[in-house]
Amino acid sequence: MGSQRYLLRKVLHAVLTLFFVLAFNFYLFRVMPGDPYTLLARSERLSRDQINQQIDALGLNDPMVVQFVNYLRDTLTGELGISVQNGFPVTTLIGERIWPTTLLVGLSTLLSTVFGLLIGIRGAWRRGSTFDTSSLYGSLVLYSMPEGWMGMLFLLLFAGIWGIFPAGGRQSAQQLTGLAHFADIANHLFLPCLTLTLGYIGEYAIIMRSSLLEVKNEEFVQTARAKGVRDRDVRWHHAVPNAILPTLTLVFYSFGFVLGGAIIVERVFSYEGLGSLTYTAIGQLDYPVLEGVFLLSSAAVILFNLFADIMYGYLDPRIREA
Amino acid sequence: MTVLTLRDLRITYHTTGGGVPAVRGVDLEVAKGEVLGLAGESGCGKSTIAGAILRLLPASTKVEGQILLDGEDILAMSPGKLRAVRWAGASIVLQGAMHALNPVQKVGEQIAEAIVVHGQATEREARVRVGALLEQVGLPTRRIDDYPHELSGGQKQRVMIAMALSCNPSLVIADEPTTALDVMVQAQVLRLMKELQRDLGLSMVFITHDLSVLVEVSDRLAIMYAGRIIEEGPANQVFHDPKHPYTTALAAAFPEIGDARFRHKPSGLGGDPPDPQQIPSGCSFHPRCPVAFEDCTTIDPSLFDAGEGRRAACLLVKGSPVVSAEERA
Amino acid sequence: MAVATPEPQVQPKARSARSIAWTRRRRALAHHWHTYRKSRSGMIGLIVLVLFASVALLAPLLVDPIQLSVVHAPGLAYQPPGPEHWLGTDNFGRDVLSLMIYGSRISLLVGLTATIGTMLIGAAVGIASGYYGGRIDTVLNGVTNFFLVLPWIVLAIVLASILGRSVVNIILVITITSWAGTTRLVRAQVLTVKERPYVERAKALGAGDWHMVTRHILPNVFPVIFANTVLTVALAILAETTLSLLGLGDPNAVSWGGIIEEAFNAASLTAGYWWWLIPPGIAIVMVTLSFTMCGYALDEILDPKLRER
Repeated sequence: MGSQRYLLRKVLHAVLTLFFVLAFNFYLFRVMPGDPYTLLARSERLSRDQINQQIDALGLNDPMVVQFVNYLRDTLTGELGISVQNGFPVTTLIGERIWPTTLLVGLSTLLSTVFGLLIGIRGAWRRGSTFDTSSLYGSLVLYSMPEGWMGMLFLLLFAGIWGIFPAGGRQSAQQLTGLAHFADIANHLFLPCLTLTLGYIGEYAIIMRSSLLEVKNEEFVQTARAKGVRDRDVRWHHAVPNAILPTLTLVFYSFGFVLGGAIIVERVFSYEGLGSLTYTAIGQLDYPVLEGVFLLSSAAVILFNLFADIMYGYLDPRIREA
Repeated sequence: MTVLTLRDLRITYHTTGGGVPAVRGVDLEVAKGEVLGLAGESGCGKSTIAGAILRLLPASTKVEGQILLDGEDILAMSPGKLRAVRWAGASIVLQGAMHALNPVQKVGEQIAEAIVVHGQATEREARVRVGALLEQVGLPTRRIDDYPHELSGGQKQRVMIAMALSCNPSLVIADEPTTALDVMVQAQVLRLMKELQRDLGLSMVFITHDLSVLVEVSDRLAIMYAGRIIEEGPANQVFHDPKHPYTTALAAAFPEIGDARFRHKPSGLGGDPPDPQQIPSGCSFHPRCPVAFEDCTTIDPSLFDAGEGRRAACLLVKGSPVVSAEERA
Repeated sequence: MAVATPEPQVQPKARSARSIAWTRRRRALAHHWHTYRKSRSGMIGLIVLVLFASVALLAPLLVDPIQLSVVHAPGLAYQPPGPEHWLGTDNFGRDVLSLMIYGSRISLLVGLTATIGTMLIGAAVGIASGYYGGRIDTVLNGVTNFFLVLPWIVLAIVLASILGRSVVNIILVITITSWAGTTRLVRAQVLTVKERPYVERAKALGAGDWHMVTRHILPNVFPVIFANTVLTVALAILAETTLSLLGLGDPNAVSWGGIIEEAFNAASLTAGYWWWLIPPGIAIVMVTLSFTMCGYALDEILDPKLRER
């Protein structure tokens, strides 16, 4: 019963936050001084009549409240506006690019989390060992590297000098099917995924290491050892389950930063996903696209945080019963 | 029959500031069915001894001397043998009210783990045993599926006791088992421990800084100061007729309720226990001792005979060479 | 036998509570510094930072600003490293080493200024939120959590696009996207400090809010804030780099991120102008790493649990 209440509370909180994000989005793009829609309407490519038409069509003459309600209605029904660059609906543009980015971000998040946690666990359990010292400094160095620059280094090395991997893009120009297509995608995905994975693996390893070091000193770990439990089991049955919960939560909460990294990495590798879409939108001041991306990424982060809270509530008995 | 023997036990912690001698030569024996109380202020080394018996101290700690459990030297055991001896040979009761229980695991599973790890039963059989153990410590069997946070301090302590008994050990070490509890609960848990010890004929080492508690449960008392035992003997005698000035002060600090003697002379002892890295010359207690004299600063007393089965490390103890010389003079 | 006249006893001057507290703090500071010096990584980080800071401050003396001018470029374009230009030249023929030296000023300036802004806002909101509690806390905490949820880079992109590309705007954008993280930390620390007995005692004695905050809360929250500040600078420098790589940097100000951006845009990867592309990145890594190591060393001083036993 308690867990149901917890779930409900978290979902409501997420929905409320989403609403505020929508409102904030509205404010940013319509209300701020020098608002982009007026600028849009004044674009030189359109004639006077077309401008007036645009202003009317966009409802810029209506009172704020009406605009806001219309905006809510439009957004929630998937009507996100038209791209300035090419006239396509923003929803379409996002739709065709969401899968490549999900693939990239999903795969690298999975890899960086799994390996980061494993490295952190091993480092903490064998504190002061060569593995620990080297992995700690390695993690710090990776953490200090700008992902974009790291991607450039990889391109320079693997694609430019050694020519092992393609210099960018999501797939080759030729039409491939089946296994060849799959291999082609993987080939193009490798470097961007590696960059994004390495960009965050350091941070996760450090967080996990700190968490496990703290737990290692707790009394119940001593109790387990005193009971004659093997070191391996003390680590995996007692210490890690307690250390991993706060770590995973932090990992999930940092998802917003991963998205940021994805934008840069996609740009560097010319990988046709939402990231490069955003990048070109910046250059062209394509506000409808930026707005759409802002909404989508905020919703994704809120969802991830909600998922983290649910997972924590499910796995930690202290919360479950509350 | 002796269950535990400590011979010239010396333990030195390794820190960035150098070696810290926490235990400086301790000899102890616990006979079968006997309760030995080990008392002293914080930092005197008693908890270190508790950890050393099952080799639970940090790997960098230097442990020298002999620790014989049921006649076998713990310090010489292989890791596999050590793991087998842990809990089945000797078990520890820690402060359960604190974080001695795994927060994300059911208490029943934690108790059963010890049984299963030592191959004494299958998981299903172990669960039955756990139920019986819980009853033995006065907890309802349904608590077997509870998590630690669902239990009160006293209940958690009972779980710790049940866990310590789960593999029928020869020796139970209780390290400050009641310190974190409310006074009323403390009394209940102490009563439980006394009953269990009597009914099961347990051999116990009971460690605490509270002498009045020890007097109730122990057969013999050993008082520690600055890493050494400074007095030892039958519990009642040591408490009511202390031979070492430190014991006198310690006993005076924990009055027994209703004892008129204490009501009229409450007393404390000034100063702090010495820093293990800077132990005073001669008798380590002399800076705080109310009856110290000149020889105390130069001569480090060993444990002298102080009566029937009693020893004390003080130059004032009758029968010590120095006093005899004075008496002779 | 002559008896020496004893010197008149001088009574020690009674000291105010304030001066006693400051003496204690100075002694604690000396002690902390002594502990800090034991940390090898902390010292390395500190030395590296001092070096970079010196270069940044002395830049006008080391390099003639005219070297940065596109028109009066000293060398031929795209030259690899050589005796005249140790790090080669860029697409305009400018000396890359000079660009790097000047770039340090902007990169460090943005990093430090944005961090100061973040800490000021973060500390103010965090202390207010934690200290006052109640409705103020609910509102402020809600706002903080809201900003924590917004993906920083998208917010930064939007703000930078609307506000325009300049150093001041970059600093502003980084501050706006970072303050919430600090607030969360400060608030948690304030809540811990608030529970401590001496705070309750001061309140029972009738201490006013200002007195409580300045004399009790702030001094105890400060160490945590300070350690976090150092780590935040690292993040701010990385943020500036990221924004530059998105084309949002100030086109008129040379920063390390900006150099990388220009190098990338001039197709350095395919043409192989590695001397233009790699050094700025290395500089960023060194500075960020140094700040991080210093931050961790400070953390260890403040939280004894983290230290080696």
